[in-house]
Amino acid sequence: MAMFLIRRIGHGILVLWLISVAVFALFFVAPSNVAQTLAGRQGTPETIALIKHRLGLDLPVWQQYLHFLGNAVKGNLGYDYYHQVPVTHIIGQALPITVSLALGAAVLWLALGVFNGVISATHPRSLADRGLTLFALFFYSFPSFLLGLLLLYFLYFRLTLSGFGWFPAGGYAPLTGGIGPWFQHLLLPWVALALLLAATYTRLTRGSMLDVLGEDYIRTARSKGIRESRVVVVHGLRSALTPVVTQFGIDLGQLIGGVVVIETVFSLPGLGQTAVVAINQQDLPVIIGIVLFASAAVVVSNILVDIGYAVLDPRVRLH
Amino acid sequence: MTDVLLKVDDVRKEFPTHSKEVVQAVAGVSLEVHKGETLGLVGETGCGKSSLARCMAHLYDVTSGSVWFEGQEISKLSRKAMRPLRRDVQVIFQDPYGSLNPRRRVGSIIGDPFAIHNIASGNERKKKVQELMELVGLNPEHYNRFPAEFSGGQRQRIGVARALALRPKLVICDEPVSALDVSIQAQIINLLSDLQREFDLTYVFISHDLSVVRHVSDRIAVMYLGKIVELAPTAELFGQTRHPYTRALLSALPVADPDTADSREQIILGGDIPSATNPPSGCRFHTRCPKARLDCAAEEPVLEPVLDDKPGHRTACFYPLTVGEDLSTAVPDLKAS
Amino acid sequence: MTAAIEMVDVLDEPKAIEGRRPFSLAVRRLRKDKVAMVSLVVIVLIVLMAVLAPVFAAVTGHPPNEQYRDIGLTPDGLPRGPNGTFWLGTDDLGRDILVRIAYGARISLLVGVLATAITVVIGVVLGLAAGFLGGITDTVLARLIDVVLSVPFLLVAIALVSVTGPSLTVTVLVIGCFSWASVARIVRGQVLSLREREFVEAARSLGAGDRRIMFVDVLPNVIAPVIVYTTLLIPVVIVTQATLSFLGLGLPPPTPDWGGMISESQNYYTTAWWFILFPGLALLVTTLAFNLFGDGVRDAFDPRADRT
Ligand SMILES: Nc1ncnc2c1ncn2[C@@H]1O[C@H](COP(=O)(O)OP(=O)(O)OP(=O)(O)O)[C@@H](O)[C@H]1O
Ligand code: SF4
Ligand SMILES: [Mg+2]
Repeated sequence: MAMFLIRRIGHGILVLWLISVAVFALFFVAPSNVAQTLAGRQGTPETIALIKHRLGLDLPVWQQYLHFLGNAVKGNLGYDYYHQVPVTHIIGQALPITVSLALGAAVLWLALGVFNGVISATHPRSLADRGLTLFALFFYSFPSFLLGLLLLYFLYFRLTLSGFGWFPAGGYAPLTGGIGPWFQHLLLPWVALALLLAATYTRLTRGSMLDVLGEDYIRTARSKGIRESRVVVVHGLRSALTPVVTQFGIDLGQLIGGVVVIETVFSLPGLGQTAVVAINQQDLPVIIGIVLFASAAVVVSNILVDIGYAVLDPRVRLH
Repeated sequence: MTDVLLKVDDVRKEFPTHSKEVVQAVAGVSLEVHKGETLGLVGETGCGKSSLARCMAHLYDVTSGSVWFEGQEISKLSRKAMRPLRRDVQVIFQDPYGSLNPRRRVGSIIGDPFAIHNIASGNERKKKVQELMELVGLNPEHYNRFPAEFSGGQRQRIGVARALALRPKLVICDEPVSALDVSIQAQIINLLSDLQREFDLTYVFISHDLSVVRHVSDRIAVMYLGKIVELAPTAELFGQTRHPYTRALLSALPVADPDTADSREQIILGGDIPSATNPPSGCRFHTRCPKARLDCAAEEPVLEPVLDDKPGHRTACFYPLTVGEDLSTAVPDLKAS
Repeated sequence: MTAAIEMVDVLDEPKAIEGRRPFSLAVRRLRKDKVAMVSLVVIVLIVLMAVLAPVFAAVTGHPPNEQYRDIGLTPDGLPRGPNGTFWLGTDDLGRDILVRIAYGARISLLVGVLATAITVVIGVVLGLAAGFLGGITDTVLARLIDVVLSVPFLLVAIALVSVTGPSLTVTVLVIGCFSWASVARIVRGQVLSLREREFVEAARSLGAGDRRIMFVDVLPNVIAPVIVYTTLLIPVVIVTQATLSFLGLGLPPPTPDWGGMISESQNYYTTAWWFILFPGLALLVTTLAFNLFGDGVRDAFDPRADRT
């Protein structure tokens, strides 16, 4: 087990390092006119050179990279070009928003997906099964921006017009300002995200539940006269949930850098939106910092999922 | 006396396992295959027959030892250098289901040898393939069918057609009929022997079933746990059985068979087949041999002519059987005196 | 051979067994799937719309980029709703939304097909190589797959497009180069077990080289999962392209594309519902049709979940 862990973590670090090289190369090789922008329209060549020097942009790319890597290992991801704020600080501010969004949505999509999946699996090929599958696929097919805009249109715009101003147009209210506003601001994004992702979980739950319900020990439980609902929930669901939990771990990791559109549509200044702003301003340290941080989230969640698997099933460790 | 087509010299084949041990699938085998003959190879499942066959065809790299074909060592040739020799050495596989690609049409499967060796293409290839199909008793019109559309026996005919496409000199048949019904087995065996006559083929014929091997072989090698324990012309192996293991295999044959009248005794081998990762010391058969003595466990017998046998009959046993000896009453004695 | 067993050589020749051909069962199942068949019809209609886009322009008399600032906009300069001249209304520049939707279908489908094709080709080739060749090739490719799958795709795509400037080629390449890893992973997994199959050894015994075995013997056996994955990938690609457009990184204006149209409509959704509704509907119907069809394909190839 220790060997497995070490190897797995080693792979993770290798992958992150490769990503850092790739991202650095890509963005630093591309022509940048940040110095020009910072110097303003009237910037003389001297000021531009000075700015370049201050930002370290006059060094060869590989030196910049080594400098970056050396700092990154110490937990310093650099400073943004415009206000010299540490990138870690920027991430620290945006992260709680993205995490609130992801976790809240997760509660909803898990509940929705697992519930629908169980109903589908216990009534296979029924009208309910088909209906729920269609429902899940319908929202799965939605481009996230379209779903976001629709929710805003109906639940913010139309409702507010009708005098029910329950939902804000977007933006974020930190938890420190009370749980009410926080909840209010996040509800629509949660619903949007949950509807988009529920389909995967419906399908997963349905599939593994059907498998499990066909197994011998479930038949035995049934033949013993245990109530059907108990069979399904206590005996079936527990073992059927393994793939769901796996998928959940993977999805959570990906969401850290993957809720760009929902954050943009609902004006939530999470990691995704912060990155998009940074991209528009060519604020390379911020872009790289967020990309790396998001990749690390994926790598870590995958390792956790693998460890969970290895604990449950020792055969995995061999490979 | 006869020309040696293939020579196997002290070949070993080991497979690594997960736990750092090795499986000794083939543990030092030497034998010769003569031009035009059929050499039978029998042994229980897992004794290393397929591994030996694959070493012979250089589908596996041997762990040590060497394989020679027509005087040329082939066991260390690179894949590329081996390519031209593939035309001369062909394999018919055990599993008529697994050895045919389920996603390819039969015509293209049988045409593979022509395509790989750039021999014929287009209509010419098709014509050749259909001739082959006819030769092995398949309907040439089924050229475009998939393997799954054929029965087991027909599939083995496909395998035969593919192996014979390039008119090889040596065909290694790895249990070509084991997966088939008994009635179909006879058809395939007849087909193989007809083809042998027609094309002057040399066969290595592998089976775990002594009665099948006996019908087709000129000589028979008996294998146990990666080693040849007895090698003799067919009639001698049955008439003058020397190795206790061979006798045990013979005694399991149907009694009605007139040639085994003298060994009507039923010899039930005690114990399981020992593991190939951790084979018994000395004679590998000593854990199950009714005649085993203390020195059998200490030293390994060499495969050589025993008693008054001619050089063509070799046995690896310290206490070979004499003709008429009753093995069913023998008791092993492995205690130190 | 001595004493061959006497036996009449009967040609046992059963009729070709129904459904034994690769895919024939799957295709039959798919044909019976009503939802999938309806989706297929919808997909065909959308393709027709894309192909016949010039006909839409000819019939309405409105080229896709023509701005009818006089008849296409209200006196206040706002879009006009659906009417006899502009069947689905006009956009903020007085252009015909119907014609632009028809032309936009070309972009969505083109990107969907091209990027998916690139994805599948790269994924299949690298997956085959990794799984079949093993060793150092596999180690390197497996890490590469990990890298691509760990990167936040959309962020990097946005960053790349903003650096290179938006164009059809860039969109297709960016999507293709980031999506292949999942295909490669699926293919690799399949190949790892396929390469142990006896027919691979049979090919080797005939003298076939690695490349031939990979492409002639192994490849046909991974086609089923690749087909399933491909049908489900097309809608994902279409959505990604629309998302990039929505974020302003699609095709340079005035090229009509659905994501871009929806993005332009944002400021008007309080006053001109048709401006967002029709392009949104086009996009949703397309992805839904592909997803439903893909779901049917998946069930047809892997009916596991349909027993009972
Ligand atoms: N590729 C392999 N990797 C690891 N072990 C193997 C491999 N191939 C064979 N073995 C092991 O080597 C031994 C001999 O196997 P082999 O297939 O040669 O026997 P066999 O006599 O052909 O058996 P059968 O009658 O079942 O075909 C067995 O213990 C088997 O488990
Ligand atoms: S050597 Fe000994 S143990 Fe081995 S077969 Fe002969 S008598 Fe039996
Ligand atoms: Mg075998």
